[in-house]
Amino acid sequence: MPTGKASAPGTSPASAQRKPVRPPLSDAAVAELRAGDLVAITGVLYTARDAAHARLIAALDAGQPLPFDVKGQIIYYVGPTPPHPGEVIGSAGPTTGGRMDAYAPRLLALGLKGMIGKGYRNAAVKEALKVHKAIYFGAVGGAGAYLRKHIVKVEMIAYEELGTEAVRRLEVVDFPAIVINDCYGGDLYAAGQKQYQRA
Amino acid sequence: MRTIHVEEISGAVARLVVEANTVLGEDMLRSFDRALARESSPAGRSVLIMLQDNARISREEGAAYCQDTGFAIAFVELGSEVHIAGGTLQQAIDGGVRRGYTQGFLRASIVQDPLYGRKNTGDNTPAVVHIEQVPGDHLRITMMAKGGGCENRSQFKMLKPSDGLPGVMDFIVGCIANAGPDACPPLIAGVGIGGTFEKAALLSKQALLRELGSPNPDPKLDELEKQALERANKLGIGPQGYGGDTTALAVHIQTYPCHIASLPVAVTIECHAHRHKHVEL
Repeated sequence: MPTGKASAPGTSPASAQRKPVRPPLSDAAVAELRAGDLVAITGVLYTARDAAHARLIAALDAGQPLPFDVKGQIIYYVGPTPPHPGEVIGSAGPTTGGRMDAYAPRLLALGLKGMIGKGYRNAAVKEALKVHKAIYFGAVGGAGAYLRKHIVKVEMIAYEELGTEAVRRLEVVDFPAIVINDCYGGDLYAAGQKQYQRA
Repeated sequence: MRTIHVEEISGAVARLVVEANTVLGEDMLRSFDRALARESSPAGRSVLIMLQDNARISREEGAAYCQDTGFAIAFVELGSEVHIAGGTLQQAIDGGVRRGYTQGFLRASIVQDPLYGRKNTGDNTPAVVHIEQVPGDHLRITMMAKGGGCENRSQFKMLKPSDGLPGVMDFIVGCIANAGPDACPPLIAGVGIGGTFEKAALLSKQALLRELGSPNPDPKLDELEKQALERANKLGIGPQGYGGDTTALAVHIQTYPCHIASLPVAVTIECHAHRHKHVEL
């Protein structure tokens, strides 16, 4: 039933009724998700933001393997604060996705199935989501203290010298997010603003 | 003449940056309550409730409210009867930022050179320091942690004097619309009008420091702020851009005399992680 339209955000299920998302994601799992759907992600996420993306793409340009296989995976655009003693991670909310627009289509072509961030994506990324069947999720920007409580394990994967910008493998439980852009061209930002705009 | 040693200043700044990043102001918490009372979008309401939870968790657990613990900006009122001993104010404040960010588990977000290498300084220094000399023998320091995502959406424009109030209003609301979901709404717009290019930008930052929900001391500007806020909240962008009635929490305006040829307007876009604390030494 692809319609290319986002479901009205006002009709999204309450937090108790979030759709479960369990990476790695198949095309069929991606096809089930619509812009405006509230989801709870359980499983593995990989972190990468500006500097890590530049290195991932440089590796591809040099014909080198990536530090992790992106196929079916979700990348979380985040640069966490350092953990307090006894904790696995510090505050960990999303950063602006648009800064990764230059890199995302290349990773989506390799089978990346999801990205978590906040803010607009450009036309090339939204087209790549349709072509390669993938999702752009939004997490609540600025809710870093809250979101960190859904991260249960952290492992350093690559580029440790980048500090907060290093690539880490996270294990998350019921990580709350919302579908911003789906694989049908649905766009929560456009639909939501249209619904609530007043003259 | 009163002497204050840089070490005393560094210690105070270290405490301020940690407190700013972990204890959101009461005025912000009240503004979330007001927003929730009028927000009609379910997705928007769920965001506002998460922000309230986030503020509580941050305060109770001493965890940074947002992982972007900001560029450290210092606003200093330096009494004319005060002598700083042992170094400069910049050194004193950088010392405090270094200590606060490294010992307080805050993120280092500053790169040494904007163009070449972009290597992280590792301790969130240097701070941006604004000093104003005032009468008396006190030293008042306000530390703001300014997020990068919203700062990226701040704007400046040289309007023509003939553009007048309507031009200023359109520019302010346009900046909020342009900021959109990228800047983590609900937003606060700090607006500086008048002065010169750099004065207007500084005013737009200083305007953010006024207590949220308090009226502008100038009734004309207060009315202008209310009109701008009302228009911003008709944009429909809503909390996090998911659609809703709360795109902005406040518009704060400060003005300064300006040149007969000019009407400069600067808008600092601030996210809901509006973090600042002050101390008087």
